[in-house]
Amino acid sequence: MERHPLNLTINGTPYAVETEFRKTLADTIREDCGLTGTHVGCEHGVCGACTVIVDGKAVRSCLMFGHQAEGMEIETVEGLEQDGVLHVLQEAFMDHHALQCGYCTPGFLMLAKGVVERGEDLPEEELRHLLSSNLCRCTGYQNIIAAVRAAIVAFREKAAGGVEQTA
Amino acid sequence: MWTGQDLVELPPIPFRATAIKGLTPYCQPALAQKTVRYVGEPIAVVFAESPYTAEDAADLVLAEIDEHEPYLDAPNEPALFGPGLSCEPTIIEKGYGNVDEVFAAADVFIELELNTGRHSAVPMETRGLLARYDSAREVLELHGAAKRPHWNRDQLADLFKLSPGSIELYENSIGGGFGVRGELYPEDLILCQAALTLKRPVKWIEDRREHLMATNHSREQTHRIRAAVDEMGRILALDETLFHDQGAYVRTHGARVADMTIGLLLGPYRVPAYRARAHYRLTNKTPAATYRAPGRFEGTFVRERMIEAIAERLSLDPMEVRRANLIGSAEMPFERGLSALETEVVLDSGDYAGLIEKALDFAGWAELRKQVDERRARGECVGLGFGLFVEKSGLGPSELVEMRVEMDGRVTVVTGASSLGQGMETAIAQICAETLGVDYRSVRVLHGDTNRIAYGFGAHASRVTVMTGEATRRASVAVRDKALDLAAELLQREVSELEIVDGTVRAGEDGPSITIGEIARHLHPASASRGDREPGLSSSAWFHSKHMNYPYGAHIAQVLIDKATGHVKVERYAIAYDVGRAVNPAMIEGQIVGGLAQGLGGALYEEFLYDEGGQPLSVTLADYKMVSATEMPPVDVLILEDAPSPLNPLGLKGAGEGGVNAAGAAIASAVDDALQRPGLVDRLPVTPQYLRRRLQAYDEARSGSTEASA
Repeated sequence: MERHPLNLTINGTPYAVETEFRKTLADTIREDCGLTGTHVGCEHGVCGACTVIVDGKAVRSCLMFGHQAEGMEIETVEGLEQDGVLHVLQEAFMDHHALQCGYCTPGFLMLAKGVVERGEDLPEEELRHLLSSNLCRCTGYQNIIAAVRAAIVAFREKAAGGVEQTA
Repeated sequence: MWTGQDLVELPPIPFRATAIKGLTPYCQPALAQKTVRYVGEPIAVVFAESPYTAEDAADLVLAEIDEHEPYLDAPNEPALFGPGLSCEPTIIEKGYGNVDEVFAAADVFIELELNTGRHSAVPMETRGLLARYDSAREVLELHGAAKRPHWNRDQLADLFKLSPGSIELYENSIGGGFGVRGELYPEDLILCQAALTLKRPVKWIEDRREHLMATNHSREQTHRIRAAVDEMGRILALDETLFHDQGAYVRTHGARVADMTIGLLLGPYRVPAYRARAHYRLTNKTPAATYRAPGRFEGTFVRERMIEAIAERLSLDPMEVRRANLIGSAEMPFERGLSALETEVVLDSGDYAGLIEKALDFAGWAELRKQVDERRARGECVGLGFGLFVEKSGLGPSELVEMRVEMDGRVTVVTGASSLGQGMETAIAQICAETLGVDYRSVRVLHGDTNRIAYGFGAHASRVTVMTGEATRRASVAVRDKALDLAAELLQREVSELEIVDGTVRAGEDGPSITIGEIARHLHPASASRGDREPGLSSSAWFHSKHMNYPYGAHIAQVLIDKATGHVKVERYAIAYDVGRAVNPAMIEGQIVGGLAQGLGGALYEEFLYDEGGQPLSVTLADYKMVSATEMPPVDVLILEDAPSPLNPLGLKGAGEGGVNAAGAAIASAVDDALQRPGLVDRLPVTPQYLRRRLQAYDEARSGSTEASA
């Protein structure tokens, strides 16, 4: 099958690659861009391990073709850490033992990033409903839910603290 | 592309030898030879330079397979596996006491037929391997090993007629195991052969659809169990027949799961006479093996159903029936008179009666009972369930740990146990830190790679904290002694005046001191101050154990049922678990809650279904439904340390499988209670379809009886 040039922007960095039209975004991110933090768990859109953010929305990268993402802003788990500082979500996951094998973790982080950064105080049922998008086989979810809650609070406090400092 | 013909010289996948005979003709070849026995059996392999191309090529492979009548139900008469070979290679028998005599003299009998559905681990990462033959070093490398790298290495050496020293298995960070990752599969053999023959590195990653058909299944069993009881509900004798659906081939576990099921069936109960037979039968489905709490998820379901059936028959409270049958803590260690996994079952320690009280108290059982009864009076189908279990852990036979203090004071611990993502590195680091006197963050734990340490027995059977933990403790003691011995000389003090705190050896808070890193320097081979001492601040230590140890606990479930749809909602859950000694409570809780998610899956949602032709119907994650955040109830966990194991100085028992063990039993118990129909649930998973069918059948069978209620 023929390869075609493709320009992707991932975590703000441009990647110029050449791939078949049928290559999934997940495979393209992993193999052509060398970013293996995004994991493939099922290739049929159920498990969510491949979740990345495309133009601000959490999507299943196994259900998109790489070429569909040209011109869009892609965020993967590698982009969470900024200048050696972990994202509050990552800190929260560590503090709350919200990962064991870690395979589903990048997907959960990218799924939760939006809700954390919007500072929404979701009721328990809604938060569980959101997190039910992704599967985890190790933790039983309890600690993941606790970590996301803690991250929502931490992000809000960090943002508030930042505003106070510059005022 | 290769087919079976190309690999006809390669021996079939071996199994870990046990006393059970007659299994050898039933092993699986790397690629199907003449007969294909299950959908998912590898029949050909295509090699290409990219996965997309390989799949294109695989689409071009057409298989012409003559169909035969499949054998799909283990309780049915065994079919033929091959000429002169029954698909029942063996019947395993166990027991003690005179069951016939007891049955002849007894008045009350209860007989149950119970089924557990086929399901399995389904870790979030599928299997994958990379094989490379380094012809310069004459070493075959296999990357992606897990669970039992050393045993696998030795088997591969035999199969490929290589020296064990010229095969190296490497573990990587893996996405979950739960028993199914790391055993020898056809693909392991194919990859190794490919690397040797093609003289190029070969990589394989299975996709999810392949995984659901080809990675080990588990749990499918039919039990016919008969109890003779007295009027107090005490079990006088149990007679059990198990039909174990092994799938199409004998693989690395041999008949262990069937053996374990009947060997450990009795749990915490006395049972003065017992006779069991396990019909180990091969069917035309994916081969089965161990999956978290193998034989025990099934056995606990069967045993606890029997307890509740006894209670119903004699109009007793099930909790009283449990108490009447428990082995007392004063009777420990209690010899079962049975074997499982090639060892005698000896319950090492346990206060089962005490655990029941603590569990009920922890969950607030009396208050929950009141609330549930009130809600039921208002028309809700809500119920409480209970399941008591004994787990097993700390499987030997041995584990080796090599420990070294580096010259910067950090400690390196090497073990042949492996990591599946459960965090063993932390637990081992903690044990080393506490014994040696260093910060646990300065301890680095390396594991699994076969060229790093000569012997290893892997990660399975909840053994690592116990086996590697105790070996680590011993190695730490040896290193500590060496450090203090040289420190005493260098600091001009007696050993008894010295302590190690945070990696520094000191004579009291204000006395002279020296770091263990500096001591390591002094023990360098070229160091003058070493004297005649062995170079290196290091040690190696073995822990050998002939017996497993037995953690135990209880599950408590509250469910709400929609009678119209058959939907079961788990509203809350509590688990009490005695692990002897808890090294890292957060990690233990993680194992228990995670295990429960899998247990609830097996109790309510997960099943590998086949049609009458043997076609698998559960081949995507949309068909095979696993628990997500919305199915998971809030879970409270009580970790207890009332019964440390006398079998190792730290009193450790393993925690990996307690969360899954009694989930089936507790859910069945809760569903019965919610629908006020004792003995309703006779199979798992309790899917809506099953529940509706079963309700109808149950009510019809009991109609006319005054006990039938809406």
